[in-house]
Amino acid sequence: MSEPRRTALDALHRALGATMTDFAGWDMPLRYASEREEHQAVRTRAGLFDLSHMGEITVTGPQAGAALDHALVGHLSALAVGRARYTMICAPDGGILDDLIVYRLAEQEYLVVANASNAQTVLDALALRAAGFDAKVRDDREAYALLAVQGPQAPGILASLTDADLDGLKYYAGLPGTVAGVPALIARTGYTGEDGFELFVAPADAEPLWRAITEAGRPAGLVPCGLSCRDTLRLEAGMPLYGHELTAAVTPFDAGLGRVVKFDKPGDFVGREALTAAAARAEQTPPRTLVGLVAEGRRVPRAGYQVTDAAGAVIGEVTSGAPSPTLGVPIAMAYVDAAHAEPGTPGVAVDIRGSREPHRVVALPFYRRER
Amino acid sequence: MSINPEQLRYSKEHEWVSAPADGVATVGITSHAADALGDVVFVQLPEVGATVTAGETCGELESTKSVSDLYSPVSGEVTETNQDVVDDPSLVNSAPFEGGWLFRVRVTDEAADLLSAAEYDVFIEG
Repeated sequence: MSEPRRTALDALHRALGATMTDFAGWDMPLRYASEREEHQAVRTRAGLFDLSHMGEITVTGPQAGAALDHALVGHLSALAVGRARYTMICAPDGGILDDLIVYRLAEQEYLVVANASNAQTVLDALALRAAGFDAKVRDDREAYALLAVQGPQAPGILASLTDADLDGLKYYAGLPGTVAGVPALIARTGYTGEDGFELFVAPADAEPLWRAITEAGRPAGLVPCGLSCRDTLRLEAGMPLYGHELTAAVTPFDAGLGRVVKFDKPGDFVGREALTAAAARAEQTPPRTLVGLVAEGRRVPRAGYQVTDAAGAVIGEVTSGAPSPTLGVPIAMAYVDAAHAEPGTPGVAVDIRGSREPHRVVALPFYRRER
Repeated sequence: MSINPEQLRYSKEHEWVSAPADGVATVGITSHAADALGDVVFVQLPEVGATVTAGETCGELESTKSVSDLYSPVSGEVTETNQDVVDDPSLVNSAPFEGGWLFRVRVTDEAADLLSAAEYDVFIEG
């Protein structure tokens, strides 16, 4: 094992008494105090996250958009400058290599944000796939620290620290600006199901920015938040996590996310043939479907547990599960056979360490914020 | 300074057990274990009247991230379980050595390798 990587905020996390955890080779804050309180803070007030483990890759050049159209399943050349898109990178066989957010920073400049665990894979694939284009792929993992301010109070807190036009900044948009005197790419994105912002800054600026946000957010009840609550927040919001709902063994169509694949974009793209077949297959014989499960009891369905029907036959598998702080009961996402995927399907249970515990099939997400 | 009370003894599975009073000892998990688990949301305890065996599982603790087996540090019959902690599992986090106790046992035997507070300090440091 090599030494874990540490973010620019490492010393600050330790001073705050964070419980640290290894995440994709990074030493990251799991929680500072109670993860359930951190979760509730994001749902009702605001939370501040260090997400510097995410992998940034910059693609530039006259054919940057065309290169991404070829490398990814989305239509990135059509993305307006200042906007962002949720998309995926697939293997030639259609399997998902990673899910990504791509920001178009300028006519000829895109920022691709990959999961920490897949950043190297994505970087290598992009470099290879962009080779025939007039475009450059740059590893910018060391160039950025990433802070997220999430929750209903996030806009007010950030507005007190910047002159940027936050009201004009739509969901899935990003603009360069200055926050607390620090140059930042301000993006209205997140992974919590709440309104909020992600701030890409130079690592040297991360600590002063963290302190300024902490200070500005104090009256509104902002707290530092770790990866543990990030996971329960995204689970309640029905957002997939790579390695759980998304893997190289499933296509976007199997994950119920076929809408991210844009067949009508110009040129060929990696995985087109396999994904065309996957789309047809999903149409004719629906594959296992990603559903929500709500436990009737108090034991928690965890990733890897089997889902069964009334007769005890295996009909699926849990991909993520946790006690939901908002709902007050255990919840899970699971792939189940299409025949059992309808909300309200009777007899569905999860095998929790040898005992069949009844669960309710529900539509995702579990939680949707009021707008 | 140790946060582990002097008068208790400890198992390597991070349970504590009190000195028996009239043959009955109280069992809980340590603050070290509670901190490692994170917020406990559900405890499944042995039934009153059940027999527990030192070193064997007798229940489970669900936290946000994981589920952990509960091991009994002593053998004997369960005389009482803590209904407060069943109703409010966060007591395990907020008061692991006090209001967050789990169950009481009429002790017939105990694990051979129970640790003193000082020994447990060293064990969790390591």
